[in-house]
Amino acid sequence: MHSSLSLADIPVGSSARITSIVTIGPNRRRLLDLGLVPGSRVDSIRRSPAGNPTAYWIKGTVIALRNEDASQILVDTRGVF
Amino acid sequence: MTVNCHIVSTEPGKDNPTVRNHFIIALAGNPNVGKSTVFNRLTGMKQHTGNWPGKTVIKAEGTFYHRNRRYTLVDLPGTYSLHAGSADEQVARDFICFSRPDITLVVSDATCLERNLNLVLQVLEITSQVVLCVNLMDEAKRKRIQVDTEKLAQELGIPVVGTAARSGQGLNRLKNVLGDMVDGKIVTSPRCVVYDQELESLVQQIEPRLAIYMPNWVNRRWVALRLLEGEFNLLNHIPHNALMDYPRGEIKEDGALCLL
Amino acid sequence: MSAISEQKIPVLRELEPLLPANEAVIKDRIVSSIYQQAEAICRQAVKTGKPPVNLDARLDGILTSRWLGFPIMLLLLALVLWITITGANYPSQLLAGGLFWLEEQLASLFMAWGAPAWLYGILILGVYRTLAWVIAVMLPPMAIFFPLFTLLEDLGYLPRVAFNMDNLFRRAGAHGKQCLTMCMGFGCNAAGVTSCRIIDSPRERLIAILTNTFSVCNGRFPTLIVLATIFMGALVAPAYSSMLAALVVVGIIMTGIVVTLFISYLLSRTLLRGVPSFFVLELPPFRKPQLGQIIIRSLLDRTLFVLGRAVVIAAPAGALTWILANSFVGDVSVFTRLTSWLDPLGQIMGMDGIILMAFLLGLPANEIVLPIIIMGYMSAGSMLELDSMSALRTLLLDHGWTWITAICVMLFSLLHFPCGTTLYTIFKETRRARWTLLALLLPLILGILTTLLVNQGAGLIKL
Repeated sequence: MHSSLSLADIPVGSSARITSIVTIGPNRRRLLDLGLVPGSRVDSIRRSPAGNPTAYWIKGTVIALRNEDASQILVDTRGVF
Repeated sequence: MTVNCHIVSTEPGKDNPTVRNHFIIALAGNPNVGKSTVFNRLTGMKQHTGNWPGKTVIKAEGTFYHRNRRYTLVDLPGTYSLHAGSADEQVARDFICFSRPDITLVVSDATCLERNLNLVLQVLEITSQVVLCVNLMDEAKRKRIQVDTEKLAQELGIPVVGTAARSGQGLNRLKNVLGDMVDGKIVTSPRCVVYDQELESLVQQIEPRLAIYMPNWVNRRWVALRLLEGEFNLLNHIPHNALMDYPRGEIKEDGALCLL
Repeated sequence: MSAISEQKIPVLRELEPLLPANEAVIKDRIVSSIYQQAEAICRQAVKTGKPPVNLDARLDGILTSRWLGFPIMLLLLALVLWITITGANYPSQLLAGGLFWLEEQLASLFMAWGAPAWLYGILILGVYRTLAWVIAVMLPPMAIFFPLFTLLEDLGYLPRVAFNMDNLFRRAGAHGKQCLTMCMGFGCNAAGVTSCRIIDSPRERLIAILTNTFSVCNGRFPTLIVLATIFMGALVAPAYSSMLAALVVVGIIMTGIVVTLFISYLLSRTLLRGVPSFFVLELPPFRKPQLGQIIIRSLLDRTLFVLGRAVVIAAPAGALTWILANSFVGDVSVFTRLTSWLDPLGQIMGMDGIILMAFLLGLPANEIVLPIIIMGYMSAGSMLELDSMSALRTLLLDHGWTWITAICVMLFSLLHFPCGTTLYTIFKETRRARWTLLALLLPLILGILTTLLVNQGAGLIKL
């Protein structure tokens, strides 16, 4: 399986599709509630001047996640434009 | 994929519609959708803020009059969902579920409706007395996003009003819809989310067994789903006596609003 | 399923066999189903055309850019303060003139009525003068600062500030939202402490609560602005004086932010150890501000609220100060006794006993610190009609102030105990006396050390 790539790894300006979420517990639910459900598309749009967090375009809204949180979200970049 | 399923009706007019002319409306919505603008536009200066009883969450309440009826608007915290993951979400959930507002008005952002519908559908699982206000229609237009509110109303089975609260557009229509709803002129038939077969069959086994443990007005399908998710804490908030009821539509003090 | 049996709720005992063990998976399936449905509905009801040029993205590109993000933030802060300082000057003088004219009228009314001297003293020299000062000095800057701050808020700039600064807070072991609660604290620390509720993790909420007082609040801005104008503004040509004054205030604010980060770092590595919790920040689109709403909201909810609070607290404090200054034990007033007892400590901190006394009496509200200092000096002999900045400058210079004194007072204003309302709020929020005590001691010790160092350091290099 091609699933070692996380949301934190994809470069700014590129897109990916979520395959799974690694975190368990309440944070998992928070990520899901934000619209980070498997199958949905995410665009990495900009990084903070200090390098962390990164802002993503998720279902019509810009949401910033710290890189350590974003690394809990596994993505697939194939077939996403 | 979607069917209309039965939801315990909680029509407000039932406890003598000729006498009541004071109604409670809960205002729910995601953060940053202009919920406070709607709140301010509807209530003007007649509002006061405080804390939710026993909670460290700020609560705002305001009143307005329309067509000779008095409405108390309770501004719930802006949340993405109703999953009691944070204090905000729990306050919003408990108020919608247990304080039984006459109407829950959900404000959503026309420019990112999909994420907002997540909350709308969750509210619809709790109560059928819901009005959806699709705010920021002007902004959506600017971004070339067209929201067909009629189609949306049809899909959701509840009244949908498009507004641009910043310029006051659509708010009169919103008030009329709220009025028609408390008058019983609008009957909703909310569409609810249907889950996969395994979940549905579990829900069907659990739902009837809950009947003797809680009052009729508690939506048992919703409780069954929460129990399946492991949210057992919810049971501490539900009155255990099946006959228990409390007077609704009356606001005496802070405590009366959030009875639990 | 131990969680169920512990609850001992009959309904759960009955249902236990029906509930599957994999709640987490079920949660996933429920959320996914809801989103699928939401997507299906949107396909029916929403049509998306080709979006126009995304102005938000362009604006964000500038406001959060690598090179311009931080300079723009500082520039905006300085600009807001500069507008406040420049704009507040004239109305402040006008108000002061009006209020002191009213005082004369009241005084002659008292004379005509033949009121006893002590009543005149308490009501006019104590209560009225303090109130007049609080209103004349605080109202104009607040009436300018709050709308400007609300404007930035309304535009959607604050989340961008949090986005820019989060990495600093992350490294300090604090929650990303602490940046927002810190900004809130610039309005009022009590409000800032309350706003810490947006942080879910108790550990990080405590850090945010304990450090909120390092945000210069509006009760302290007037003190800083006035002192900066009098002492730093006077160092340069008049044309640049408000600019320099604004920069000095920015410097104090920046010091506060550095202290916030430093103390957060210390706390998260000692008393409040733990890993940073999950943090999500929404960057909503920029919105066209509604000027009418901004003015109404900021004037009603903030300006009048803060002013009202200041007036309510300043009135009795003014009376108390006058009574202390006019009750004599032997031939020395109680106020003088207390201040001369505090004087040695004040002196090594670059200040004096009256200033320390003012900070102590100003515990209910920071707004009244400067008025009490003035009353203290005036009761000590000076019979000055205080109706302008230059009169105040003369008064302070007469009592031995230098710009080192001003710096120390400004630093101590930043770093001393939180005001009474804030302390009470901290107690309400944390429900623990020890956290409230820590919130009191932490900035106080820091303030004493800082002013001590600055004053002694300045003495060493003979400034």
